[in-house]
Amino acid sequence: MTTIELIWYTVGVLLTLCVFSFLIKDNPFYKFAERLVAGVAAGYWTMLVFHTNFRDKVILTMQNGQWAYIIPILLGIGMWMRFSKKRSWISRYSIAFYIGISTGVSVPVYMYTAIFKQMSATIVPFDTVTSVLVIIGVLCSLFYFFFSKAHTGAFGMASRIGIYTLMVGFGAGFGLTVMGRVALLVQRVIYMKDYVLALIGS
Amino acid sequence: MIFWEKMMNLDRRWIYLCIAIVVIIPAIKTFKVPVATTPEVKKVYDFIEEMKPGEYFYLGIDYDPSNLAELDPMTYSILNQAFSKDLKIVIACLSQFGVGMAETRLAEVGGKYGKKSGIDYCFLGYRPYPAICILTMGVDFRVTFPLDYYGVSLDSLPIMQGIKNLMDVKGVVDITGGNIADFWITYGNGRFGYPVALGLTGVMSADYYQYLQSGQIFGLIPGIKGAAEYEKLSGFETSGLRSIPYQTLSHAVILLFIIISNIGYFATRRRMAK
Repeated sequence: MTTIELIWYTVGVLLTLCVFSFLIKDNPFYKFAERLVAGVAAGYWTMLVFHTNFRDKVILTMQNGQWAYIIPILLGIGMWMRFSKKRSWISRYSIAFYIGISTGVSVPVYMYTAIFKQMSATIVPFDTVTSVLVIIGVLCSLFYFFFSKAHTGAFGMASRIGIYTLMVGFGAGFGLTVMGRVALLVQRVIYMKDYVLALIGS
Repeated sequence: MIFWEKMMNLDRRWIYLCIAIVVIIPAIKTFKVPVATTPEVKKVYDFIEEMKPGEYFYLGIDYDPSNLAELDPMTYSILNQAFSKDLKIVIACLSQFGVGMAETRLAEVGGKYGKKSGIDYCFLGYRPYPAICILTMGVDFRVTFPLDYYGVSLDSLPIMQGIKNLMDVKGVVDITGGNIADFWITYGNGRFGYPVALGLTGVMSADYYQYLQSGQIFGLIPGIKGAAEYEKLSGFETSGLRSIPYQTLSHAVILLFIIISNIGYFATRRRMAK
């Protein structure tokens, strides 16, 4: 490991410790690390968008005489008119265009993928114990969210099965969340362990 | 009974301390934990393994440094597996911070196999609005990305000769820590019918198993456990398999705390009822 790499490694370890210090209580070291991340992220994103999008789609297209791009550029400028009290009405055309396109493109395909395909997968194939359990679980979960009837008798029992089904889902989600959060901690511990080993080695 | 009341009001910093201690143990004394592979991870592995040299697939690197711990091992293993088999990869980022992640890994893994940008892989860079990007890549890569990340025209890249759009790749593997996965399911699979597989963070994974059952995705790598499974299958290891002993001990402690707090809850509730 070179000296430069070791210096960056040290910076990484120190910032990790600054962030972890929040677990004891809020402090200036944590605030420094937090603001550093926010600042670097904002600066990086702004420059990335400028160089990979604004330059390519606005500056270069105009320089190359690709005049069709003038339409989205005008719509983009229209968006900025939102900040003018007198001309804010212009922004409505840009927003209307954007919403119109987004809705037209997304609604049919979203209905297909998120509703019809999922409904179909709930019912078909109806050939295993698992598929029967899925149907019972889905129907009972839907019963739980039906509030126009008191949850008593057979309906109450079905809604009770529904809440248990939901609890199983939440449990799976919680377990995976714990795994994800622990993974973040473990990655930093491994990083710091490797740093110590590199320090001893160097 | 006082013990349970004390446990119910335990300062959370004691829990942090316990977790800190148990994650330090494997760092000092390493040990191995067996990792069983699941069908959803195996399907992603098989998809790449069954491809022939020179065939294309799309790899989406759509995560930022906050998801690095879980998702970076997946990228590492997949890139190693693909480059070792001489597959052609089209890589793009629909999440702004993915660029840095992709560039680092491509330099490291690509360099290891002597792979060159524009010949063995094409790194397209970043574009905003994932839905529009997926739809336009379905028509022509050159509409979304006239130039690659390094500013070279796609038409002049040897790897992009004879490949026009996403229909020309065998499938899509998207590694993401955000809602880009939804866009690939909705537009990539729903609109165009591309075979899509996802590598996701643990937090997200539970919400995407339904798409596996419905066939809208053909494979799923869930969190660090999935990454460890992929490392085991491919034989290319970074921090996935290494994390599992830490995970095992941490989960054991968290389970212990859940059991203690539940006993404490019922014990104190009974006392309150009296």
